[in-house]
Amino acid sequence: MNSSSKGSVRELIQQNRKQKFSMKNIMERIMPIVLFLCAFVSVVTTIGIILTLVIETEHFFEVVSIKEFFGSTSWYPLNSQPEYGIWPLVVGTLEITVIAMLVAVPIGLTSAIYLSEYASERARRVLKPILEVLAGVPTIVFGFFALTFVTPLLVKLIPGLAIYNALSPGIVVGIMIIPMIASISEDAMSSVPKKIRDGALALGSTRLEVALKVVVPAALSGIIASIVLGMSRAIGETMIVTIAGGSNPTATVNPLEPVQTMTAYIVQVALGDAGYGTVEYYSIYAVGTLLFVFTLVMNLLANWITRRFREEY
Amino acid sequence: MDTKLTTKTAEKEGATIMNQPVAAQDSVYRVDNLNLWYGDDHALKDVNLDIKQNEVTAIIGPSGCGKSTFIKTLNRMVELVPIVRTNGVIEYNGRNIFDKEYEVEELRTSVGMVFQQPNPFPKSIYDNIAYGPRVHGVKNKKILDEIVERSLRGAAIWDEVKDRLNENAYGLSGGQQQRLCIARCLAIEPDVILMDEPTSALDPISTLKVEELVQDLKKDYSIIIVTHNMQQAARVSDKTAFFLNGEVVEFDQTDRIFSNPSDKRTEDYISGRFG
Amino acid sequence: MALPEKQPVQKKFIDPVAVKKSIGQRLVVNNVTKVIFLIGLLFGLVVLGILLFGVIRDGAAWLSLDFLLNAPSRRPANAGIYPALMGTIFLMLLIIPMIFIIGVGAAIYLEEYAKRGRMTSFIEVNISNLAGVPSIVFGLLGLTFFVRNMGFGSTLIAGALTLALMSLPVVIVSSQEAIRSVPQAMRHASLALGASKWQTTFKVVLPASLPGVITGIILAVSRAIGETAPLIMVGAAIFIARAPEGLFSEFTALPIQIYNWTSRPQADFQGLAAAGILILMVILLTMNSLAIWIRNRFSKRY
Repeated sequence: MNSSSKGSVRELIQQNRKQKFSMKNIMERIMPIVLFLCAFVSVVTTIGIILTLVIETEHFFEVVSIKEFFGSTSWYPLNSQPEYGIWPLVVGTLEITVIAMLVAVPIGLTSAIYLSEYASERARRVLKPILEVLAGVPTIVFGFFALTFVTPLLVKLIPGLAIYNALSPGIVVGIMIIPMIASISEDAMSSVPKKIRDGALALGSTRLEVALKVVVPAALSGIIASIVLGMSRAIGETMIVTIAGGSNPTATVNPLEPVQTMTAYIVQVALGDAGYGTVEYYSIYAVGTLLFVFTLVMNLLANWITRRFREEY
Repeated sequence: MDTKLTTKTAEKEGATIMNQPVAAQDSVYRVDNLNLWYGDDHALKDVNLDIKQNEVTAIIGPSGCGKSTFIKTLNRMVELVPIVRTNGVIEYNGRNIFDKEYEVEELRTSVGMVFQQPNPFPKSIYDNIAYGPRVHGVKNKKILDEIVERSLRGAAIWDEVKDRLNENAYGLSGGQQQRLCIARCLAIEPDVILMDEPTSALDPISTLKVEELVQDLKKDYSIIIVTHNMQQAARVSDKTAFFLNGEVVEFDQTDRIFSNPSDKRTEDYISGRFG
Repeated sequence: MALPEKQPVQKKFIDPVAVKKSIGQRLVVNNVTKVIFLIGLLFGLVVLGILLFGVIRDGAAWLSLDFLLNAPSRRPANAGIYPALMGTIFLMLLIIPMIFIIGVGAAIYLEEYAKRGRMTSFIEVNISNLAGVPSIVFGLLGLTFFVRNMGFGSTLIAGALTLALMSLPVVIVSSQEAIRSVPQAMRHASLALGASKWQTTFKVVLPASLPGVITGIILAVSRAIGETAPLIMVGAAIFIARAPEGLFSEFTALPIQIYNWTSRPQADFQGLAAAGILILMVILLTMNSLAIWIRNRFSKRY
């Protein structure tokens, strides 16, 4: 009984082998190619983005000179005599980014240090998921929050503050980035081995001294990378600034006045009635190209920092 | 039960006898009825020990006998495990280290520790040594230079690293890293050095160097060394304590422990019958 | 081991009395900063609390069955989110299979098939950079390529393809991690039974990594359906009264509807925006909880 069933299994396998041989062979040959194509989609996407931006931006520069784009300091695409000087948008973007980083870096880093160096295992298990929820809040919700909560609050504190200003969206973009900086920095600090902390504690250091003089220097590459990535996110953030920042491209650095960022300008045109093929339509690609270059440089920088300065213990 | 009683009395007698004639040899540590639990796990049971100045005290015993826990209790590193409870008294130079006013940072400044795994900071060799003095308020560059040189000389590694003080400590070999850690510990000028299996991660030649170093350091420091290696205990120590299941089975002159132990269990362990 | 024996009494550089004095002060600094760090951490949590509280306070009154089933209206009392809700659900249904097939396929290729070399590391660097590209730039790509070049117009499929491309990098990276965590021994066991590489991948590796893969996809989708900017770029309608009827019909989505209401000055519309946010947040939190549940329920079985 036993031996006969064994025999039949073997026969079955051999039969199947003959039957399915060709099918199996096809899968073995085809799947690697199919899977490679899946992976190649990401490369095609990048090429698509670059081609799109380059081609449409070229149309823009057929009408507007590069000298005007980078040289002029006024951005009035809707005037009868339109002016396309990018600086007001760049200044607006950087202004938002600086305000955001002033909020996000101290709060993100203190959160990371507390989680990594002070919090008990139990506290960490409760606190980290809450930060993850904060990271999952859509930007449109943060935009609503900026307009209906932060701005009214700021108006009370700073009399005469415009409803649309740089301060409120700047702060809220910062809040949006906190979880990102906190979680990447916390990962970097947690990966510093326990034995190194023990070494410092055994020399009579306080927790703070261990954190600031041993752990933070050891995790510095990860911490800096988190800040650079946070900046990249702030530069590319769209909805918060569109909703709460206004649409006033002035090259002022006064955070109490309305601003327009590069992203907000793109949205403004997309929602407006600029016809396909107009200079105004092409201008969003020129702005988009600059935005893409900014964030790409930031991301490459963050990558390079983590690779170049990775600590081996 | 009987054996336990006799060991204890023998130990106490030994302590009194030794205390009287050699008055110069004061105790650095007096451990009195120390008990320690990890949660419900009773890891140290009624430990009584008297550790003398400028001696090397070895702590031996099979894995899990509590020897590592014990040495970490001496500078309260064991409290980094959140579920630890202790009772009993450990007097360090006459003060109970569990006293509320006795800050662990102060204790650890005068009790240095060397760990199983070399654990240099990911900094330069110089900064590794200067870390402790800096934390404790030494800022003067000249004094720091002097401390760094003296500590590295003290740990017998100066000649190997003097030309590359600004290089990262992780470029050193494992044995060099461990001697660097000893130097780092000398830099804060401790009275006692605790060594928790300091050679378990090292090759034989590096082990020999560390053992010789221990012999040298004895002149200026009291050393307590945990080891799973009995030959090592026999080579480097003056006194040896044998731990088993969280208890001190026997504590005596190293020669006596290895030639003529009074407890059967010690004899079994030493002759390799268990552990 | 030549220790300079001539050195008589050690010269002490570290004064124990001074150290002891300074320790009290150092501990005070330690404790004060600890509180500061904790406040930093709590700031984020408090903001999240205020945000949720504010949204519930403003929006709860507007929630009703009618709100879910009505089309948007100029009169706030009649306004609803039915077309936007359906738009978001259709987007999800379209995005999930796309990113599942392409994302997991790419991850399998990179982890199981790719030879370590220039091409592979180029693809990986490319993916990590793509993950950092702002969503509005993906919107520009969608506008140019899907809406104009492919001639889809501002339709559901154009929006779904744009969001899918945007989500892919996240899905690929999280799937790679899930696949990498399948022990090598499981692959060897299957290969030793005479299974082919593809059979091993499809019947052993993929099922074992599925919880991690699904968690990653849910998180990516929940991020995608919260996105506003790319949909604005592909021309999702700001005002539309009907749910989409097919791949090539006009559409709107929850974030777009919320944006529409937010940008109106009247308080009633702000209330509607808050109610819309409540619906969106409920969907997102449900998906996130599901992802966390799957992660905890199925993780580390080997």
